[in-house]
Amino acid sequence: MISLLWLIPTLPFASALILVLIGSRLSKRLAAGFGVGSIGLSAVITILVAAGFLSSPPPGGSYSQTLWTWIDVAGFRPQIGFYLDSLSLVMLLVVTFVGFLIHVYSAEFMNEDQGYSRFFAYMNLFVASMLTLLLADNLLLLYLGWEGVGLCSYLLIGFWYRDPANGRAASKAFILTRIGDTALSIGLYLLFTQLGTLQIQGLMQRASVQWPSGSYYAVAAAFLLLGGAVGKSAQLPLQVWLPDAMAGPTPVSALLHAATMVTAGVYLIARTHVLFSLAPPAQLAVAVVGACTLLLAGFSALTQHDIKRILAYSTVSQIGYMFLALGVGAWQAAMFHFVTHAFFKALLFLGAGVIINALDEEHSIFRMGGLRKELPLTFWTFLIAGCSLAGLPFLTAGFFSKDLIIWDAWSAQYGYPAFWVAGIIGALLTALYTFRMIFRVFFGPLGMPVTKRPGYAMTVPLIVLAFLSIVGGSLKEPLLGFLGSALPSTIEAHAGALTEIRSEAVAGLIFLLGLYLAYLFYLQRRNLADALVANPIGRALHQWWFADWGLDWIYDKVFVQPFIWTSEINKSDFVDAFYTGVAWLAQWFYRGLSSTETGRVRWYAAGMAAGSALFLAMVVFK
Amino acid sequence: MFSLGLTGLLVRRNLIFVLMSLEVMLNAAGLAFVVAGARWHQADGQVMFLFILAMAAAEVSVGLAMVLDVYHRFKSLDVDELSEMRG
Amino acid sequence: MELAFYIAGAVAVVSTVLMLTRLHIVHALLYLIVSLLGVAVVFYTLGASLVAALEVIIYAGAIMVLFVFVVMMLNLGAPEAEMEKNWLTPGIWVGPVILAGVLIIEVLYLVRGSTAGLGAGGVEPKQVGIALFGPYLIGVELASVLLLAGLVGAYQLGYRKIEKREIQHVADIDEGRTATGRGLVLPGADRPARTA
Repeated sequence: MISLLWLIPTLPFASALILVLIGSRLSKRLAAGFGVGSIGLSAVITILVAAGFLSSPPPGGSYSQTLWTWIDVAGFRPQIGFYLDSLSLVMLLVVTFVGFLIHVYSAEFMNEDQGYSRFFAYMNLFVASMLTLLLADNLLLLYLGWEGVGLCSYLLIGFWYRDPANGRAASKAFILTRIGDTALSIGLYLLFTQLGTLQIQGLMQRASVQWPSGSYYAVAAAFLLLGGAVGKSAQLPLQVWLPDAMAGPTPVSALLHAATMVTAGVYLIARTHVLFSLAPPAQLAVAVVGACTLLLAGFSALTQHDIKRILAYSTVSQIGYMFLALGVGAWQAAMFHFVTHAFFKALLFLGAGVIINALDEEHSIFRMGGLRKELPLTFWTFLIAGCSLAGLPFLTAGFFSKDLIIWDAWSAQYGYPAFWVAGIIGALLTALYTFRMIFRVFFGPLGMPVTKRPGYAMTVPLIVLAFLSIVGGSLKEPLLGFLGSALPSTIEAHAGALTEIRSEAVAGLIFLLGLYLAYLFYLQRRNLADALVANPIGRALHQWWFADWGLDWIYDKVFVQPFIWTSEINKSDFVDAFYTGVAWLAQWFYRGLSSTETGRVRWYAAGMAAGSALFLAMVVFK
Repeated sequence: MFSLGLTGLLVRRNLIFVLMSLEVMLNAAGLAFVVAGARWHQADGQVMFLFILAMAAAEVSVGLAMVLDVYHRFKSLDVDELSEMRG
Repeated sequence: MELAFYIAGAVAVVSTVLMLTRLHIVHALLYLIVSLLGVAVVFYTLGASLVAALEVIIYAGAIMVLFVFVVMMLNLGAPEAEMEKNWLTPGIWVGPVILAGVLIIEVLYLVRGSTAGLGAGGVEPKQVGIALFGPYLIGVELASVLLLAGLVGAYQLGYRKIEKREIQHVADIDEGRTATGRGLVLPGADRPARTA
């Protein structure tokens, strides 16, 4: 069973290839069959592999399968090899299963679009790259998958390429993740030149042997890897691409920018956790980045009115939680939150897609309203996902994972009270913006009439994901134990005045507070919110948070404008002068020579006479 | 003589004068041939002169026919007017 | 004999110079004829009596007559002389004189030092004839072809479609002749005035 591992990334890749080559000639059903079927098969094989892994765990807790040697030069031999341990198995299950559900959903969602087979080709290629990334046993293959998901993100965000705004959003995403990718590749160079290999397990061993804790190389390499993770996972300071990436179709937002691609950074840090353990400043930086991002994105989400942008900022914020967890040393908690987040965030996005589709492409929550009666199934699943996101105590999976992180932010090896406070405030914000969204969209008077209702392909995934969002909480103990073979357990360093129960209680209270405030502002007395914003300080804050804390504006002023300016003044540089000089010289000769063609006989005769005089002179004075 | 003919060619603007200067130049060339033939006591010089003579006759007839054509077309005999092939 | 050579040469050169500077075209033509005759005398003093005769007959006789015909046909007279006065400014002579002067100097430089005088006797016409029918036969044939080409070309170039006006004019003349019964046509009232 377990030897079928190599099929998991290969099947989507083959399907992508087929769809690219002959997709335009296939009927829609057949294209969807390939697209959805390949992921479905991958999901089934993943379950089989998991069954094999769990029933008879391989020695050392990991299973490696090498396909072939990729490069062999001067002792550098990265291979196309797959490495399966509990960490990658967990992620594999989530990616294939959630991916399968999203593919089923998009089979109906994208039904009226052109480029149906193109969509599935890109999606399959994405899943194949993501699976390669997860299963890679060396950093070079991981980087290949990394680049592949970046490419597919670009292709899918700009899927509706005829609108140039989509192309710009796609370029923005690609360029910003490229900055992270460059940092990552420099980190790879550093690791290879210092440690001599890129095989992950070998790397971790040699690093722990060769580099003492806090050594310069370890810190540098860890910071570089963090740079890559920050770019791909849309954390501060590179998070500005994710809200704009909502220009793509909703299933893309659900799959890439909620559940899978943006968590690639989390996976990278978790995989190379040994390196980060050796570099405490880098690990602290991870936590700080996570904490700052979760707060920043939370405030921004509170002011948005496009439903997808709210969810995008929410994703940034939740990944901030995961980074916070990784930074304080709660490796397993981060992965647990990843699993639950994949469930409820994908569900939220799919639900938003249903709403947008039903209201004829309306995105603004201020124009929606009263959809509770119109789309009941969507309402209940969305509500469950929202509660999971905000952390409804005990009933939802999100509560368990988020509160674990908040508790570990206080008590783990590198935890600080400041992190705990940040997590709590973030939870308040989460509850606020989530219920703001829910109350605005589903409650109150009917905003816009519903024109289309979703079919089974769209509602069944919603139901499945809602179910998982609830019962996922019970996975806590088994999951943490299972991950223990790949990731170190969280060391509970200091508890002080707080205990886990008390922390959870505080978090639960915060949830209720957020719920009440949202109820107050957005349901009962709507003019209260408007009054807050009308006040000049309120308006300034609102605009500042709406524009993502002005980061876009800063980047434009600091990077984009100077770059454009230098390229403008360099447009006619000295190298150009060589080519224009050749043209100018030719024209100069032309002008000169054409003036000798006067058409006058006497001129020509004079020319001949002068010429013969010259010749004779040469003969005479030889 | 040749130089004189050349000077006349370059100076005068009337087409007939140009042709006349051309004749002077041809004549001068023929004179040179005959003198050379007489110097070395060979008949070749005079033979060359005969050929030059025949050529001059043909050239004059064709040239004057063209002069007539030019006059009817351009209504003037100024050689500077005939510069349509200028570049 | 030598004196005759120098005098005839001087006459040729002087009359060429005069030809170049005349304003009236017929004057220039006449000076050219004189120059050609001078050259013919030079030929004779060199002993080339055949070419001397040919020069007079063909060059001065036929070619110059062609020139005179064309001048008469185009009616180039006093008005053209006025134009020439405008064109022939003193400054216009500078360049060509310099160019021609350079050429003269070079040629003189090249032929300096060859001091051979005129040998006794010349080349007999008989010798020339033998050379023409002997080694230079093909040249003779080619010259005849050239003349044919010149003939055809001149004819083609000189061909001018006769305008209707001229046909009408000729028809009117015939009508006038038959009408009045006289051979001559007098300008009169029964014929429209000719517009020149």
